[in-house]
Amino acid sequence: MEQTAQSKSRYGMVIDLDRCTGCGVCMVACAVENNVAPAEQKATERTGVTWLRVYPVSNGEGFPANDTVFIPMTCQQCGNHTPCVSVCPQNAVEVDPSTGIVGQIPQRCLGCRYCMTACPYHARYFDWWDPQWPEGTEVLLNPDVAPRMRGVAEKCNFCHGRLHAARTKAAAAGRKEIAAGDYVPACVESCPSRAIVFGDLADETNEVSRLSHSINTFQFLPKLGTAPKIFYHSAKEWVRKMADRAPLA
Amino acid sequence: MRCKGLILMLSGVLASLAIGWFAFPAALYRTEAQPMQFNHAVHTGEQNGMTCDMCHEFTENGSFKGIPTIAKCTECHSAAIGSTESEKVLVEQFVTPHKEIPWKVYSRQPDNAYFPHAAHVKRAEIKCEECHGPHGSSSTLPVYQVNRISGYSRDIWGRNISGLPSHPWEGMKMDRCVRCHAERHRDDSCLDCHK
Ligand code: HEC
Ligand code: HEC
Ligand code: HEC
Ligand code: HEC
Ligand code: HEC
Repeated sequence: MEQTAQSKSRYGMVIDLDRCTGCGVCMVACAVENNVAPAEQKATERTGVTWLRVYPVSNGEGFPANDTVFIPMTCQQCGNHTPCVSVCPQNAVEVDPSTGIVGQIPQRCLGCRYCMTACPYHARYFDWWDPQWPEGTEVLLNPDVAPRMRGVAEKCNFCHGRLHAARTKAAAAGRKEIAAGDYVPACVESCPSRAIVFGDLADETNEVSRLSHSINTFQFLPKLGTAPKIFYHSAKEWVRKMADRAPLA
Repeated sequence: MRCKGLILMLSGVLASLAIGWFAFPAALYRTEAQPMQFNHAVHTGEQNGMTCDMCHEFTENGSFKGIPTIAKCTECHSAAIGSTESEKVLVEQFVTPHKEIPWKVYSRQPDNAYFPHAAHVKRAEIKCEECHGPHGSSSTLPVYQVNRISGYSRDIWGRNISGLPSHPWEGMKMDRCVRCHAERHRDDSCLDCHK
C-alpha cells in the first residue's frame, strides 16, 4: 500500500482517412461529452470552440480526377517538446508522464493565447464568451467534465473524464490497471465507420500500436519533430503528401 | 512624549489584529442553515450499530453515491420511530411528500476538482476519519459556512482563518491532497485531480 506504483501508458490514436466520410458525428459527440456550449451568435470559424474539427481537403484536380478527403483534426498530443507546454507562462499545460496526455488546466490559464499561436495544428481554442446553454438543458451537462469560463484556452484531452471513470471502476474492484475497454474517447465510440482506433501506444500487443507502425500511416508536420500521438492512415498518396503542411483552410 | 506614540502604535496593531482575526472572517463567511438536524451517533452508535456503507454506498461502477437519498431514510422512517423534533421534521417535510433533503455538503470541492473515494477508501484503505474527522460519530451537525466570494464551504480552507489546522483532518486545499500523495510516493499530474 505504501508505494503506489503507477502505470506508464502512452495513449494515442490512428485515424483512417479512407474510412472517414466526414459526417461530423465525432464533432457532436466530442462537444456533448466535454460540455462545449452551443456556439455564440457572433462566433466565427476562428472564435468558435471545436476540440475536434473535421476539415474537408480537395486534391484540386478537375473532374474526373477530383477527390476530397476529410481530416478530423484535434490536439495531436505532441510527445516531444510539446509547443503549448513550452510557451505557457503559467504552467497551465502539462504532459502527464503516466499517460502522455497533454492536459490543459483552465483555472490556471490567464488567457494570453500564446499556446494557440504556438500550436502548429491549430487545435487550441479560446473561450471568447462565457458558455451558455439553452434554459433547461443544463441538466444534460456531463458531471465528469467542468465547463470552462470566458477568457481561458481549451482543447482535447482524450476525454479525460472517461479515464477518471475507468480508474475509479478499477479502484473499486481493487485493481491497479484499468481495463482497456473501459477507456474509449467519445469520438472513437461514436464514429459510425469505425475510422478511429484508440489505445495505449506503449503496449505493443495493442491494435493502435500495430497500426501506428503500419504502411501508409503518417503524422502531420513530422519535420517539426513534435512526435504527435495522433496518426493518420491513407492509401492515397496525395493525402499522405499533405502531411508536410497543416491541412487547414 | 515617546510613550504616547508607542501606545498609539500598539492600539493600531491590536485593532488590525482584531480586524484580521475576527472582523475579516465574519465578513468573509456567511452562515447557512442545514435543512434539518441529523444525528450520526444515533445511527452509527452501539444502539443501532449501522456501518457507514449502509448509507454511504458505492455504485456498481465504483463511483461514490455520497449522502443517501430520501429512499434510504424511508426504509426505516416511513413513520416516526422516536419522538424527537428532528425526526418529526424528517417525516413531515421530506419522507411523506417524497422530497430530497437539500443537504449542504461541508467537504464539497469546486466543480473542477475530481476526487475519487474508491481509490482512497477501497484500494488504499484510508479511514473516513482521516479526512472527515469525527463527523460519522457526531450527534449534531457543525455550523455550515460559505465563502461569500468563492461560494465554497469553509471546510475546504479549514475552520482556522490562519490556514493552520487545529486538527489534522481540517481543511482540504490542493496542498493537503498533494502532501499526502507525496508522503505515499504517488506522482501526480494536474489532470489526475482536475476535470
Ligand atoms: C443513516 C444513514 C447514515 C449512516 C449510517 C452514516 N451516515 Fe454519514 N451522512 C448521512 C447523512 C443523511 C448525511 C448528511 C448530513 C450531514 O452532513 O451529516 C451524512 C453526511 C456525512 C458526512 C459529511 C459529508 C459532508 O462533507 O457534508 C460524512 C463525512 C459522513 N456522513 C461520514 C459518515 C461515516 C464515517 C459514517 C460511519 C461511521 C456514516 N457517515 C454513517 C447518513 C448516514
Ligand atoms: C436502518 C434504519 C434507519 C435508517 C436507514 C435511517 N434511520 Fe434515522 N433513525 C433510526 C433509529 C433506530 C433512530 C432512533 C429513533 C429514536 O430512538 O429516537 C433514528 C433516529 C433518527 C433521527 C432522530 C435522532 C435524534 O436524536 O435527533 C433523525 C433525524 C434521523 N434518524 C434521520 C435519518 C435520515 C435523514 C435518514 C436517511 C439518510 C435515516 N435517519 C435513516 C434508524 C434509521
Ligand atoms: C482521502 C480523503 C477522504 C477519505 C478517506 C474519505 N473522504 Fe469523503 N470526501 C473527501 C472529499 C475531498 C470530498 C469532497 C468530494 C467532492 O466534492 O468532489 C468528500 C465528500 C464526502 C461526502 C459528501 C459527498 C457528496 O457528494 O455528497 C460524504 C458523504 C463522504 N465524503 C463520506 C465519506 C465516508 C463515509 C468515508 C469513509 C468510507 C470517506 N468519505 C472517506 C475526502 C475523503
Ligand atoms: C490521507 C492521504 C490522502 C489525502 C488527504 C488525499 N489522497 Fe488522494 N490518494 C491517496 C493515496 C494513498 C492514493 C493511491 C491509492 C491507490 O492507488 O491505491 C491516492 C490516489 C488518488 C488519485 C488517483 C486515483 C486512481 O484511480 O489512480 C486521485 C485522483 C486522488 N488521490 C485525488 C485526491 C484529491 C483531489 C485529494 C484532495 C481533495 C486527495 N486525493 C487527498 C491518499 C490521499
Ligand atoms: C492531488 C490532487 C491535485 C493535483 C495533482 C493538482 N490539483 Fe489543483 N486543486 C486540487 C483541489 C482539490 C483543488 C480545490 C481546492 C483548492 O482550492 O485548493 C485545486 C485547485 C486548484 C486551483 C485553484 C486554486 C484556488 O485557490 O482557487 C488551481 C489554479 C489548480 N488547482 C491548478 C493545478 C495545476 C496547474 C496542477 C498541476 C501542476 C494541479 N492543480 C494539480 C487538487 C489537485
